[in-house]
Amino acid sequence: MEFFRNTNIDFLGKKWYFLSFSLIFSVAGVLSMLFWHGIPLGVDFRGGTLVYVKFVAPPNVQTIRGDLDKAGLHNATIQSYGSPADNEVVIRLDLKETSEADLSKGKNQIINALETNPVAGKQDINNSDRIGFTAVRDALLAADPLHAEPAEYDRQARKVLDFRDKDHGGVIKSLDDLKGVVPDAVLNALKQAFYTSDFGVRSADIVGPQVGGQLKKQATLAVGFSLIAMLVYLWFRFEMIYGVAAVVAVFHDTLITVGAFSLTNQEITLTVIAAILTLVGYSMNDTIVVFDRIRENVKMMRRESLAEIVNKSINQTLSRTILTSGLTFLTVLSLYLFGGEVLHGFSFALVVGIIIGTYSSIAVAAPMLVAYTEWRSKSSGRGAIPLPAPGAKGKVRVKV
Amino acid sequence: MQKNLLLKTGIIVAILLIFVYGMLGPKLFSGAGLKASLLDRIHLGLDLKGGSHLILQVMVNDAVGAQSDHAAELLKDELQKAKVNYADIAKLDNQPEKVVIKGVPLDASSTIRGIVNDRLPEYDVAAGPDNSWVLTMKPQQLADLKDRTLEQSIEAIRTRVDSLGVSEPLIQKNGLGDNQILVQLPGVDDPGRVKEIIQSTARLELREALDHGQTYPTEQAALQAHNGILPANSVILPSKPRRGEQDGGFIIVSRVPVVGGTDIRSADPGNKSDTNEPIVNFYLTAAAGKKFGAFTAAHSKDSADPSNLAIVLDNKVITAPSINSQINDSGIIEGGFTEESAKDLAMLLRSGALPASLHYLTERTVGPSLGADSIRAGVKAAIAGMAAVLIFMLVYYRGAGVNADLALILNLVILLGFMGFFGAVLTLPGIAGVILTVGMGVDSNVLIFERIREELRSGKASAAAVDQGFDRAWTTILDTHVTTIVSALILFFVGTGPVSGFGLTLIFGLLANLFTAVFVSRVIFDAVLSRKGRGEALSI
Repeated sequence: MEFFRNTNIDFLGKKWYFLSFSLIFSVAGVLSMLFWHGIPLGVDFRGGTLVYVKFVAPPNVQTIRGDLDKAGLHNATIQSYGSPADNEVVIRLDLKETSEADLSKGKNQIINALETNPVAGKQDINNSDRIGFTAVRDALLAADPLHAEPAEYDRQARKVLDFRDKDHGGVIKSLDDLKGVVPDAVLNALKQAFYTSDFGVRSADIVGPQVGGQLKKQATLAVGFSLIAMLVYLWFRFEMIYGVAAVVAVFHDTLITVGAFSLTNQEITLTVIAAILTLVGYSMNDTIVVFDRIRENVKMMRRESLAEIVNKSINQTLSRTILTSGLTFLTVLSLYLFGGEVLHGFSFALVVGIIIGTYSSIAVAAPMLVAYTEWRSKSSGRGAIPLPAPGAKGKVRVKV
Repeated sequence: MQKNLLLKTGIIVAILLIFVYGMLGPKLFSGAGLKASLLDRIHLGLDLKGGSHLILQVMVNDAVGAQSDHAAELLKDELQKAKVNYADIAKLDNQPEKVVIKGVPLDASSTIRGIVNDRLPEYDVAAGPDNSWVLTMKPQQLADLKDRTLEQSIEAIRTRVDSLGVSEPLIQKNGLGDNQILVQLPGVDDPGRVKEIIQSTARLELREALDHGQTYPTEQAALQAHNGILPANSVILPSKPRRGEQDGGFIIVSRVPVVGGTDIRSADPGNKSDTNEPIVNFYLTAAAGKKFGAFTAAHSKDSADPSNLAIVLDNKVITAPSINSQINDSGIIEGGFTEESAKDLAMLLRSGALPASLHYLTERTVGPSLGADSIRAGVKAAIAGMAAVLIFMLVYYRGAGVNADLALILNLVILLGFMGFFGAVLTLPGIAGVILTVGMGVDSNVLIFERIREELRSGKASAAAVDQGFDRAWTTILDTHVTTIVSALILFFVGTGPVSGFGLTLIFGLLANLFTAVFVSRVIFDAVLSRKGRGEALSI
């Protein structure tokens, strides 16, 4: 099977279309960053409190707001999260309410506010912050309903927690649901010690202002370093202008990807930064494949202009470029579709980035190379093509 | 040619076996299932297992202040011995590395210099305004003290976490900022309790309680009792509320403890003989015991200067009983403990006080239920993505597709084997890294196959086309791998936790890919070609 055979598309002839396409998306992203959504930073960088809560029934945002208001948390934002069937919301407190002097205060306030029907003398079995294996086992040990060895209660406690965490997403609707899972005597002992609230905390992220600032600096440095490292490597392997063209293309990808996060108002978290760094490497891949072909063709096609050589090189590698990107896109798409809510931002960055990265190696890096050469030959009056690094400079050959 | 091929096949099989062992480990041979063996070797990160990721700030100035308090006490003793009058000696509250001596006679300068040089060599001394002297801790000593405080805090946290039975905790200096500690507790399912235990300074101090242990409802009331001026060298500390009470009130205690946190030798939980109420017994070191004995003898009920004893835990007064008689090296703490809290406190006192208090800077807690869901989602995505790629390669390249698929599967085995050997931790982004490795790994195959097709199209024979295809694609493959590995390395070194795990997975995957896509795939081609006759077409 073959999709692309002897294509002969005049890519460079379309450079004005490409330029306007890139400009539209970059400018839209930049405008959104400046005037609309800004750069929506996640809690990692901005600091603040995020608490992911799962309810046993579809949550009512108004009721939750009322409960939080009563506890004095007037500035909390409440959003539903994931698919509606999951009954999940994320409750967010600003940095103002997240002080390093008592970091988990906001989280504890949220939990207490949602705990609307506490039962005196009993503990909430859905409170995963406190009730784990130790607490359940100790309660069973104290009651000793089976008159059995301690090891037996280890097993029973494990069953209860697996039921809660592995099978029911962390919240048990009613202790009676455990009927059949554990012996009735154990169930009765559990009822003496525990009750069920209608919610459970699935995860919590609390970042104080100090770490947020430090992480922001670190992430910016990481992206900057990797761009510089790429530039140096390409300079060494090819020519300065190849490195510059490739880095401009990658910067273009980064800008548009971050712009996409701003336009869709999705938060940039630490894992999104990881995805962007991966994209830097990936987009560079695509560009290098085209550049390698240009280098090879420049040596063989002495009479053609650089524009013709570049066009030919893009066409020759087109099949590979589309196939590889298509396949990587397939894997990333499966991440986006099946990878779960936690990886959503990460896979979104990759989905956008892979499309843009593939496009930019054809539509940004190569035309820039040609434009620079034409500008230089005009200004110096010579029609010389900047020959990429000669074989001695970096060609690595290994016989397999 | 044939012999060469056999050798190469041998190498591949050997590597395959090594990495299958790395992936599944010794447990496979003991008859455990595939899944159990895999989980034994590949450690899951806390985002998959559930657990807590904490960053703590060590308030190192606490330790500096304690050192300066100690210096101030020593100065008082020495000046009294030397019969030099002074108005006040105290550390500066906002600059704990400084101790100020106020109101000393002009002619005492050589005495003070002598005492500091002999007894407090870690301080520089200089004359200040109005007959005062300022002692400043030397910069090197100050830096050492801060480092030591950080190290001791890490050790104390490690002891506490170990005694709670957390498996595979990570406790280390955090490179992001000064005096920070990173604590990762995978698998912890009651993070709230663990967090409190880590943070509890557990600094037990025995101080003198002024006004016979009188409890005042507010700080103002305490001040008013002394006409608005606190007695010299005393502070007001909050008192711990009794069980069932909201507010504990305030007690005036001596500024400097008689016995400090590092003077506790041991502690154990117990029960009071008459009421059976849970208590904590503590035992002092010999030196502290002597000091405590002298203090209790001087302030016991029948002495000339009777006073009360304040038992202070983490700057809260727990009790302030009167002293019946001289006590030497042990005592009890009572005050509304439950069995569990008495047990926890005894453990904390045994494991040693933190040399400084801790603040949490970051807390990420992944509940066990979310971890389980994440594994399910990650595995589903991995299988779907991988299946899509494998099927596509088969359809598009037919015979050569089998080749690519074999190389890809071997790539995955090597990647997981690597992780098993290195004890690397698989995180959720790490699973994404595995999936991406599949997508990027197939890139090398596509590059080579497309090149071979080109060569075939230009009329070359199969063997020559394969030869040229691999040869020409190699430079490109090397360049692309180096650039991606560079960005993955940056992720690994700069990132923390899950992100770092993702970088590591990517690096292993790419290295394995260089081997499988270039070497293994070539050997398979050669094997196929060697069985075909001359001029027979290649399935690609």
